[in-house]
Amino acid sequence: MRTDKTRVRVLLAALAALALTLGIAACGGGSDTTGSETSSEEGGSGAAIQSNPENGKVNLTIGSKNFPEQEILGEIYAQALTAAGYKVKSALNLGSETVALKAVKTGQISGYPEYASTALTSFFGLEPEEVPSDATEAWEKANEEFEKEGLEAFEPTPFASANAVGTTKETAEKYGLKTVSDLEGVSEELSLYGSPECRQRIDCLAGLEKLYGLKFKSFTPVDIGLRYTVLEKGQANLSILFTTDPQLSAESDKFVILEDDKKVFPAGNVIFVTAQKVAEEAGPDYEKTILQVQEGLDLKVVQELDARVELEKETPKQAATAYLESAGYIGS
Amino acid sequence: MIGQLPLASFVGAVEFIFSPQESSVTGGKKVGGFDKSMELLLKHLEVTILALAIALVVALPLGLYLGHRGKGEQLAIGLGNAGRAIPELAVIALVAVLIGVGIQNVAPVLAILGVPPILNNAFVGVSQVDRATVDAARGIGMSESAIIRKVELPIAIPTVMGGIRSAAIAILATATIAPLAGVESLGDFIINRNVYGENGLLAGAILVALLALAIEGSLALLQRRLTSDGLKVKTA
Repeated sequence: MRTDKTRVRVLLAALAALALTLGIAACGGGSDTTGSETSSEEGGSGAAIQSNPENGKVNLTIGSKNFPEQEILGEIYAQALTAAGYKVKSALNLGSETVALKAVKTGQISGYPEYASTALTSFFGLEPEEVPSDATEAWEKANEEFEKEGLEAFEPTPFASANAVGTTKETAEKYGLKTVSDLEGVSEELSLYGSPECRQRIDCLAGLEKLYGLKFKSFTPVDIGLRYTVLEKGQANLSILFTTDPQLSAESDKFVILEDDKKVFPAGNVIFVTAQKVAEEAGPDYEKTILQVQEGLDLKVVQELDARVELEKETPKQAATAYLESAGYIGS
Repeated sequence: MIGQLPLASFVGAVEFIFSPQESSVTGGKKVGGFDKSMELLLKHLEVTILALAIALVVALPLGLYLGHRGKGEQLAIGLGNAGRAIPELAVIALVAVLIGVGIQNVAPVLAILGVPPILNNAFVGVSQVDRATVDAARGIGMSESAIIRKVELPIAIPTVMGGIRSAAIAILATATIAPLAGVESLGDFIINRNVYGENGLLAGAILVALLALAIEGSLALLQRRLTSDGLKVKTA
């Protein structure tokens, strides 16, 4: 008897939860509009995203590769598209670019953010020195190739991410290092650390050797998560970093990057890669919303977002919401 | 590539081992090939042997001693089992952060994997030696250490070597994660799929498997040499 009663109670609770969820989903469109009105009063840089009830019929799945910066970008796009009225799911752990591209092609995801440089070198076989340094040119070149495969890439973000040779401020001052070319003559005394794949990559050690003609005392492969640790512990004189790393702004008194004066590390602005069919079915708000929310993503903002997740241990979801709210794209 | 026939991938992997192949990220420089494969294989072997040696130095004397005394079963078995549960990837990452990278740090971490089977088997092997035999040895005036060396260890060799063989294989297999901490083992081919592609991935796996067979084979031979004739199973 007692068990029966418990069962009924559980069932009722489940039903109530279901009803509540449906109710919230049903009035989702309405509350969004009110939300966006308040946010535009806050004076954010972006106009609030308008929810369009038409979009409620469209299901989207936004993907990303599995490291913090990508997950934040994925969340930003997913939350913005939700605000525009779409039904959005996310798949933010897609491993390498090969996996992510395959997921777009097979329709498992609607789209994901990719670096234009990675697309050009990894998917379309360009040499790093062939990657246009101009963001628009790189995007157009990538888009041409994507279109041949029934895909398309939206316009690039303001920020670009690239590999960089980094060191401690102390080392830079000791050897008078400002650019990568300054390493000539001293690199034989310096040890370089980088991810295991760096040794062979032309946009990493292979390029430093071939295009700058540098020889290092040693190259040691380490897990990518250790790129600052090895500098801090004094094991590495030089370490391969990323230009969007939050440590570069948060600890700018400790770490510096050397200017890539011979352009060995192609900078990648982010382009959102999607299938043409998906873009057609989703209507004009799909591209419009994505382009709108990425307008505020300059290097400083992205470093700060990366810092929230990598240093302050916020979730990518929290960081994305904070960005969208402070820029006024969605209401808080 | 994905979707290739298994046989075709296998052929591609074998080609990768013997002659350098194209890669999309190296700026035209070919990757893999025989020299690179041998370089990584030797490094893999080096870190494996070093780790096994450390594990032997730590675990073998302790296991033999505890087995001889017939005491400390909880320690030998319990410590052994606990050791098996340690996630190596996490330990390597932790050591890399706290102490540093390179073979001198990676080998001791890999040795942790070798301690449990060596300790367990040495303990079990020695403690199962017939007590009457041990008493007889003591009766003719052998010292305790001579009993271990000349009586118990020779009789326990098959079991002790079994532990060493398990340890070697566990260390060898796990040494594939060493490139994450500054040691370029065969794992280099496996971890860096963007550079070496599917062929490299499979080539790395094949080479690790062959190396495992070679080590297992050599240790089996060694075990045969070490086992006293009286203990060998006569087949003919």
